[in-house]
Amino acid sequence: MDVLSSLADGFSVAITLQNLLLALLGCFLGTVIGALPGLGPSNGVAILIPLAFTLGLPATPALILLTSVYYGAMYGGRISSILLNIPGDEPALMTTLDGYPMAKKGQAGEALALSGIASFVGAFFATWGLVFLAPQLVKVALLFGPAEYFALFTLAFATLGGIASRNQAKAAFAAALGLGISTIGVDGQTGVPRFSFGEVHLYDGIDFLVAIVGLFALSEVFVFLEHHHGAADADSSKMKIGRVTPPISMLKKTAGAMGRSTIIGFVAGVLPGAGASLGSFLSYSLEKKISDRDRTFGTGDPRGVAAPEAGNNAAAGGALVPMLALGVPGSGTTAVLLAMLLALNITPGPLLFQQNPDVVWGLIAALFIGNVMLLLMNIPMVSIFVRVLLIPPKYLMPAVAMISFVGIYGISGSSFDLLVMIGFGVIGWFLRKLDVPLVPVILGVMLGDQMEKNLRRAMTISDGDWTALVASPLAMGLWAFALLGFVAPLLFGRLFRMKKREEDVGD
Amino acid sequence: MSDRIFGLIGLLLAVFYAWQGTLIQESFIQDPVGPKAFPYIIATVLGISSLVFIVKPDPAPQWPVFGRFFEIGVSVAVMVAYALALPEAGFVASTAVAAAFLSWRLGAHVLAAAGAGAAISVGIYTIFHLVLGLSLAEGPWGF
Repeated sequence: MDVLSSLADGFSVAITLQNLLLALLGCFLGTVIGALPGLGPSNGVAILIPLAFTLGLPATPALILLTSVYYGAMYGGRISSILLNIPGDEPALMTTLDGYPMAKKGQAGEALALSGIASFVGAFFATWGLVFLAPQLVKVALLFGPAEYFALFTLAFATLGGIASRNQAKAAFAAALGLGISTIGVDGQTGVPRFSFGEVHLYDGIDFLVAIVGLFALSEVFVFLEHHHGAADADSSKMKIGRVTPPISMLKKTAGAMGRSTIIGFVAGVLPGAGASLGSFLSYSLEKKISDRDRTFGTGDPRGVAAPEAGNNAAAGGALVPMLALGVPGSGTTAVLLAMLLALNITPGPLLFQQNPDVVWGLIAALFIGNVMLLLMNIPMVSIFVRVLLIPPKYLMPAVAMISFVGIYGISGSSFDLLVMIGFGVIGWFLRKLDVPLVPVILGVMLGDQMEKNLRRAMTISDGDWTALVASPLAMGLWAFALLGFVAPLLFGRLFRMKKREEDVGD
Repeated sequence: MSDRIFGLIGLLLAVFYAWQGTLIQESFIQDPVGPKAFPYIIATVLGISSLVFIVKPDPAPQWPVFGRFFEIGVSVAVMVAYALALPEAGFVASTAVAAAFLSWRLGAHVLAAAGAGAAISVGIYTIFHLVLGLSLAEGPWGF
């Protein structure tokens, strides 16, 4: 099994003292970031990328640090869901349905421990899925030419709105906006400046890190300013934890739920445009359908805690498959991880597996290590993470804003980038108000250059014949999927959303 | 209504973008489609989706009252001032002021906010500059 020997090599890369310490730090930071309301995996990692970048960490350690943060944030999101009924991040929404009732019944510690174990199970098996599935996908991806890549990028954008999208036109608008921003600057192929209005700062184009931190982190600060949530303090009297180990009988009872949810979550993660939120939603709904014979779901059933947590962590692992193998992320958080790779000058995709196997397999090994660390950290130390919830947003959000500024200023040391970032923050706030998704914008800014390059390469090969884009069966298949992915939500979206709303209020 | 206005802005943006696209100077190095084709495709998508917003708007979101709007505007102005002040006044002083302002606007008492601003500023300076060695903006006093 050459996959296993590659993985063993990966472990030899990942197990050095420095990398283990970085993984530990990342797991800790990630859990804290995930637990804090208003900071989730996407904006948490977004703030840290420029910092890791300016600190000059080499690629592999930086990757290990940031992916540990990513996995950690997935774990951390559940803490405030269970204790406060406020999801720490979007995928943790479903955990509130049974987690909070469990906490109200005085089983908060058990719920936290159980969800920690469920998170571990989901993430652990999903990482194995990644190990075996990604190399297979790479084999397919190696057959791709420029025309197929162009179709693949279109597929990614078309499906990004996803099944849960309310308005496909808004997703399309967001993608076009991002792609448009990516065309600013000197054209890489012919060397002519485009859309730079004679401004020298714009010749290099707009750095996607500036866009990400502005859209994700700063716009969050504006949302807090708008609602004055700043005054809301968590009530420490609710924080009674109780025993932090779940009884064996509870684990036995929930084992089936964890297993099923892991599989569903993983598949949801691999599919483009789905991601962790859909993974946890589908797992919970299905588990409810299968196991809810006594109508205990929604009243603090342990299976209702285990299912969505296993589902969302499995989806987080699954989402790494298309991101690493094709270089096309399927969700918001993986889009941020892609930004991280690009910032480190690593282009994910099939060639990455051949040219930098140490990076890929080191990263995958780091995921395993981080996972075990998170489990060990999360069971006994959960009461420490719970304290984090007591930090009021009125002190937290200014710190978040200032750290964002520090990171971006560190990249170029120019005030111009900071102004652009503030601009993105304001645009991000307006787009959020208007229900325009931000992830396609980010993805457009990041992938626009590659997408155009592949289009023009395909045209150069075919000497300007546009039918070359749909010439091969592979390309035709991708276009068909793209069309299906864009149209299906228009037909089924209404049905799906109605069900989701039912679940959301059903507590 | 919000969506209609948004659609109109989007449409103007698409037209502006396409018009700027026509102004791109062609170079003597040329590939079959050139630097203009991709922007035209994007402008088309922008335009069509904006038209959809105008024809089929979503229900309007709940906009904050004018006072809140004003407050966000002032916060933006403070951030802009912060970005411009950084190279002049140095990291610690400008950050303390900006963080204190944000904290105050998020509901902290004036004195508490001032303390929080100073703590955030010195905290970041210690961790990122003194411990991790990141270069931050230097002012007249060197910090």
